[in-house]
Amino acid sequence: MSATMETIRQVEEATGKYKYGFVTDIEVDKAPKGLSEDTIRLISAKKNEPEWMLELRLKAYRHWLTMEEPDWAKLNYPPIDYQDIHYYAAPKKADGPKSLDEVDPELLKTYEKLGIPLKEQEMLAGVAVDAVFDSVSVATTFREKLAEAGVIFCPISEAIQNHPEMIKEYLGSVVPHGDNYFSALNAAVFTDGSFVYIPKGVRCPMELSTYFRINEMNTGQFERTLIIADEGSYVSYLEGCTAPQRDENQLHAAVVELVAMTDAEIKYSTVQNWYPGDENGKGGIYNFVTKRGICKGDRSKISWTQVETGSAITWKYPSCILMGADSIGEFYSVAVTNNAQQADTGTKMIHIGPRTKSTIIAKGIAAGKSDSTYRGLVRMMPGAETGRNFTQCDSLLVGDQCGAHTVPYIVSRNPSARIEHEATTSRISEDQMFYCLQRGMTEEDAVSLIVNGFCKEVMKELPMEFAVEAQKLIGISLEGSVG
Amino acid sequence: MALLEIKDLHASIGDTEILKGINLTINKGEVHAIMGPNGSGKSTLSYVLSGRDGYEVTGGDILLDGESILELEADERARAGMFLAFQYPVELPGVGGMSFLRGAVNARRRDEGLDDIDNLEFVKMVRAKAGALGIKDDMLKRAVNVGFSGGEKKRYEILQMAMLEPSMAILDETDSGLDVDALKIVSEGVNALRGDHIGMLVITHYQRLLDHIVPDHVHILAGGKILKSGDKNLALEVEKTGYSGFIDAA
Ligand SMILES: Nc1ncnc2c1ncn2[C@@H]1O[C@H](COP(=O)(O)OP(=O)(O)OP(=O)(O)O)[C@@H](O)[C@H]1O
Ligand SMILES: [Mg+2]
Repeated sequence: MSATMETIRQVEEATGKYKYGFVTDIEVDKAPKGLSEDTIRLISAKKNEPEWMLELRLKAYRHWLTMEEPDWAKLNYPPIDYQDIHYYAAPKKADGPKSLDEVDPELLKTYEKLGIPLKEQEMLAGVAVDAVFDSVSVATTFREKLAEAGVIFCPISEAIQNHPEMIKEYLGSVVPHGDNYFSALNAAVFTDGSFVYIPKGVRCPMELSTYFRINEMNTGQFERTLIIADEGSYVSYLEGCTAPQRDENQLHAAVVELVAMTDAEIKYSTVQNWYPGDENGKGGIYNFVTKRGICKGDRSKISWTQVETGSAITWKYPSCILMGADSIGEFYSVAVTNNAQQADTGTKMIHIGPRTKSTIIAKGIAAGKSDSTYRGLVRMMPGAETGRNFTQCDSLLVGDQCGAHTVPYIVSRNPSARIEHEATTSRISEDQMFYCLQRGMTEEDAVSLIVNGFCKEVMKELPMEFAVEAQKLIGISLEGSVG
Repeated sequence: MALLEIKDLHASIGDTEILKGINLTINKGEVHAIMGPNGSGKSTLSYVLSGRDGYEVTGGDILLDGESILELEADERARAGMFLAFQYPVELPGVGGMSFLRGAVNARRRDEGLDDIDNLEFVKMVRAKAGALGIKDDMLKRAVNVGFSGGEKKRYEILQMAMLEPSMAILDETDSGLDVDALKIVSEGVNALRGDHIGMLVITHYQRLLDHIVPDHVHILAGGKILKSGDKNLALEVEKTGYSGFIDAA
């Protein structure tokens, strides 16, 4: 059975409850709760980091101390106690596995439950997985094949050791630590994540994939991802996320930076399925993520595609800085909220270079008592001669207790630039429901069918196997939303 | 045992009684036609039979295969064999015609404990049936009913019927919006589905449909009641004299 089929089968087995709510029982090496310079020194020491990296972390931490948690998003949650979180947790046996055989079998079982049998993936051509388990990357597949093409795909902690020049040049170059509260926190305490470098003119021979999963109780997960696509290269990167079911809310604050050189293209796809919490939002993930890419070179292109179905709270605005002339930024998003979930998500397109183009297609689906907000910024700088943006923002409401909001910010400082914004809000009509029911479909199947139709423009941007999984997830996350 | 038995059926929308005591029995193999002036309750009857929300049955009963279906939801009735070809088919933006058909077919199969239909088999089946109804491949790739012409919508309804093989089919003004040639093709499609295993209730305003789909019985519905029943000649009478004669006589 292929990895994809396995994933599909497993998702199909889900019965309305969050299916990834299992806990892996392995020994864990973790730092005591709380955040201080000592915690950061400990993290840095655990990872054998060079002095300059520790300095970067401490600088970020000191900056963070002066900052305030943002409150402008349309989100409602109790204050987070940053001293009540473990900032470091590593599976004990995970110290530098050389091959999959050395990986804790319990861990591999977890991945299998998640639908990513690494062993099979190694044999089947397709996706290389860098799996982040809590904080340490425990297994990386396909490295050799990628190495042949000159592609570097490794845990970021390894890149800090082996490719310090690139890390020094690019880490924090797109999302500086002072960018926002959560990016500062991440820069101080990040424990792992992926590093990707695609050399000049190389089309990455496979889709690269990372599965994130939060396991340990009260561990914040702070991954850091950096992807650099050199001149004329291409890479497609997939990110999938799940977390076990807990009673307490867990914090997740990741930072992703993308750098596209001249004529390079990066496609970054996310299917986010963090535990959303129970009907009242209890126990779900707080997901505060900063994702940003820079189109540095001329004619470069960055596409963000995301399907957000999980988390109790989502705060996320994958953005593009369009610096190179004729560069292109794209954002395709589906955000599904049900029960008490809250999502405030959108994008920023910053047009700097001439003839830069951006497209934003955002689909929000709200059900239950949930609340979904699209927040988007399009900024045309003076140099963005004949810059173009097209934004399409659609909301679909399921039931009458949910809310959908659209908050577009538009700033144009170049008169030749053109910005178009379209927004619609609709409800699944009784006519549509009856039409589907009359054909024998259950209410849930009908909602799922209509919703997937509504998201189609975004789904078709996802790689095939991801799209199938995303479609099922959307169905699952809307279960119980009608009737 | 009768396939469908409607006994003294009363139904209301809100406080307004629309159906005021309907009696009708349809056996397998029979085609019944219902004619009646605008607003007489024909579509309402089709919705009440298929279990649409918002219509309250205030009296009487509906039996399908001898069992009351009043307590069944619309989807359960559909899976029990009830099919309604809509007077105004509904648009489903973004939902591909093929996915919709597959969803409908699989819903029934799952209910019967069968696996989902094999994709190749499914595509073959749709192609064959669509071809017979003059539906082009291109139309099936588009979103359900979105931007379909009136005639295309009606053909797509009959395609669904052909795919789902219901035991009781209600066709609500399937002829409206069809040009002469399409009327012939669609009627042939419906006739091909006639047989001992199915009962049909054909709602129409015009004799010309009944020239193609020849009914065994014709009923005249006005003011929420069946005023008169007869054979196919009753439809010819209506065509000549209109409804007023029947209503006055009642
Ligand atoms: N939702 C509704 N609320 C109130 N009255 C309704 C509603 N739907 C239908 N009616 C009324 O019920 C009556 C019967 O309508 P119905 O659509 O069943 O007529 P019909 O016989 O199908 O007419 P036509 O030949 O025009 O299709 C009409 O008077 C109509 O106005
Ligand atoms: Mg009608």
